[in-house]
Amino acid sequence: MAGGPSKEMLAEIASRPGRDTLISSAVKYVFIALSLGFLAALLFAPLATVFITALSKGWEMYFESFKDEDTLAAIKLTLTVAAIVVPTNTIFGIAAAWAIAKFEFRGKSFLITLIDLPIAVSPVISGLVYVLLFGAQGWFGLWLQERDISIIFAVPGIVLATMFVTFPYVARELIPLMQQLGNDEEEAAITLGAGGLMTFFHVTLPKIRWGLVYGVILCNARAMGEFGAVSVVSGHVRGLTTTMPLHVEILYNEYNFVGAFAVASLLTLLAVLTLIIKSLVEMKRK
Amino acid sequence: MNRRRTLACLGLLTLLAGCGGGDDAGRVTLLNVSYDPTRELYREFNESFSQRWEQEHQQRVTIKQSHAGSGSQARAVIDGLDADVVTLALAYDIDSIQTKGKRLGADWQKRLPDNSSPYTSTIVFLVRKGNPKQIKDWPDLIRDGVSVVTPNPKTSGGARWNYLAAWGAVLRTELGNDWTKLDDPAAEQAVAAAQKKAEEYVRQLYKHVPVLDSGARGATNTFVQREIGDVLLAWENEALLAIKELGPDKVEIVIPSSSILAEPPVAVVDTVVDRRGTRQIAEAYLKYLYEEPGQELAAKHYFRPRNVAVLERHKDQFPALELFTIDQVFGGWKATHEQHFADGALFDRIYGSGSAAK
Amino acid sequence: MSFRQPSILPGFGLTLGFSTFFLSAIVLVPLAALVMKTATMGWSDFIRVVTDARALASYRLSFGASMLAATLNSVFGFIIAWTLVRYEFPGRKLIDSLIDMPFALPTAVSGIALTAVFAENGWIGQYLAPLGIKVAYTWIGVVVALTLIGLPFVVRSVQPAIAEVQRDLEDAAETLGAGRFTIFRRIVLPTVFPALATGFTLAFARAVGEYGSVIFIAGNLPMRTEITPLLIVIKLEQFDYKGAAALGFIMLTMSFVMLLSINLLQAWSRRRMVAAGR
Repeated sequence: MAGGPSKEMLAEIASRPGRDTLISSAVKYVFIALSLGFLAALLFAPLATVFITALSKGWEMYFESFKDEDTLAAIKLTLTVAAIVVPTNTIFGIAAAWAIAKFEFRGKSFLITLIDLPIAVSPVISGLVYVLLFGAQGWFGLWLQERDISIIFAVPGIVLATMFVTFPYVARELIPLMQQLGNDEEEAAITLGAGGLMTFFHVTLPKIRWGLVYGVILCNARAMGEFGAVSVVSGHVRGLTTTMPLHVEILYNEYNFVGAFAVASLLTLLAVLTLIIKSLVEMKRK
Repeated sequence: MNRRRTLACLGLLTLLAGCGGGDDAGRVTLLNVSYDPTRELYREFNESFSQRWEQEHQQRVTIKQSHAGSGSQARAVIDGLDADVVTLALAYDIDSIQTKGKRLGADWQKRLPDNSSPYTSTIVFLVRKGNPKQIKDWPDLIRDGVSVVTPNPKTSGGARWNYLAAWGAVLRTELGNDWTKLDDPAAEQAVAAAQKKAEEYVRQLYKHVPVLDSGARGATNTFVQREIGDVLLAWENEALLAIKELGPDKVEIVIPSSSILAEPPVAVVDTVVDRRGTRQIAEAYLKYLYEEPGQELAAKHYFRPRNVAVLERHKDQFPALELFTIDQVFGGWKATHEQHFADGALFDRIYGSGSAAK
Repeated sequence: MSFRQPSILPGFGLTLGFSTFFLSAIVLVPLAALVMKTATMGWSDFIRVVTDARALASYRLSFGASMLAATLNSVFGFIIAWTLVRYEFPGRKLIDSLIDMPFALPTAVSGIALTAVFAENGWIGQYLAPLGIKVAYTWIGVVVALTLIGLPFVVRSVQPAIAEVQRDLEDAAETLGAGRFTIFRRIVLPTVFPALATGFTLAFARAVGEYGSVIFIAGNLPMRTEITPLLIVIKLEQFDYKGAAALGFIMLTMSFVMLLSINLLQAWSRRRMVAAGR
């Protein structure tokens, strides 16, 4: 959907009467100029800063940054966390979108708002709530301590905080889309005797595929990039509980700007990886 | 299908929870929870200590490090971060671990020599190369057109030392070098006048601050990289490191006539070492800080060593200046915190807030 | 009226049950801990903390700057989405894939990078400084940082909606003599508006809570450039968990009311559309 117009479509549009006027091309160029200008100042310039600093001492130093043991541990931890959080939240997102988009029930707006809530919660608070629950002074603190289970200042805490922060993304992407698409085709499939799962996989999924991909991409990007909430529950133990964003901060604070921005650049590349895969799939289909 | 996947996820979570604690057999790990400016010091110190311990006890030891702001590190320990030893910026933070977390004895600061601070530092000025604004001493900081960078004392331990150094320096000018006057009833009026002056000075000082970063390293970056401000108030060790890392051609150090003796304390966290059975090694670790190799490493990383012989060897790096302590001037951290940094206390009042409290 | 209207589609109980359970475990129980923590402080203490002059100044900055940032994002996000969907130009694919970057960049990195760009010795800051515009270490810097982190919300919500706008309708309207503005107002806007509202709300909500990127660019001066999340951190630094929870609770409540009203508005407009026979 967000993939943009196809060649045929563009050609067809161009051939329509009244399309190719002076004003419409003026509007087009003004829009493109505004978009590029805005993005250049706000997005490309900071991104360029990241990459230029990362490469300021040459490619060799850039790759050297990734040989550090703690950096590797941070990359591993971030990938592990994303590997747990993204699938879990995807399943939740699909289930929630099915319940909310396909059925009418009371309190629906309330439920949607609760799903949105983690976006609005300050990352500091997202971390704090888990400290209040599982910290030594927290609700379950004593119980956990007696059983020698660590949740905060260990990997489970990081997973939970990340899950909290990235909770809404898949659901948020799917709900409006599925509402827009309506129930007719699914109802037809069920009437014709298809089972629930079969209907979902053969009727619904193909229609929501790209929306789902976008949701997963956003969820994944946020999961890998989350800093504030994770910083509260991590304990900052080098090589053990530092994720990539935390490691970036550590390196930056050590005046190792090349290393810090190298890790940051890798993070951005990881996040677009999913996007690149999506583009490849799209291209193949054509 | 959903259910089975959820179960699998929950299972994975439990598994991960399991890896959180526990050590590998035959190998001891120690967690040192510290504050930001000690990263470079402890990286080298840990190696040195591991070698020494292995030689003496035929046991491998891995020391894990955690660094962040001193206050948030104390909070993490209170909330259950299993630190065997803490090496923080202020005694107040370890006091909090004691009072709020009950994780070590109340007498912790008496257990090791020199207030449990194996190394010290002080607060100095970092200025632009050539000192274009001719900053020499504390009064110069509040001249017109001078802007000063210091972090926020509410979030940074280093910034509290900055604030107290400024305050104490004014008292030193007003009252002379005899700190006993502060408790002398005969000098009461002079003291009150001096305190008033100090308050006014600090108030003026923060009017010259354009940016309050949340930590010491952030402030250094603002000053050096972004070229904001004419003076950076900084730990001596941070200033020396900044010159080395960020360019001796950009900035230089100015030593004021008097400043505060900053004593970053260290302590063993009793409840953790007793549970994990690491008391012996944790205590040896801290003691090693006081021994000559430890002291040498401290000096190498720009902390002033306590050992006189070691200090003598590095005296070019640590010029003499008049130093006062927090106990002499402010009567310890607890009183200081309540009077200056608590909610609605002096620092808040400087920024015109907190009038509602107390 | 029953709790739900009958439908032949299966899986309502399962999916709703599962999502409610998961929602409770991950979101509601932790937030309940926050509310309980707030409840342990007395009413008068609570009022004192949340109506402190400094807290009030910080709400003004946090909510004001977020509002401004979300508005900027709605305008430019719409333009960007429109450009990406409707126009073909070199580099469109690349730009499309970069839109999500603000999510992937750790907020601290965005903050540092933005400060580097907008400080007086930065790429853009050096040209703004002679004009007397200071961005870094002022409230403008806060708006800039919040705009960056909210951008993907608007663009990504609006993109699919713009793709949905029926061009035939536009063309028909044009043939019938409608002006460009009328087409935009009568055909484009109604289709895109719900998505735009969602994007605005999410961008706003996210901006209000943002901490990591803002502290690098804000200057953090009390009463002037101090955001509410920073005040929460300051409370935490003093081991004042209750005070922190109280401020967090206030922010949560305000955001919840905002989000709920937008969602109700959307549900209402959708029902109206359905009633009108689509």
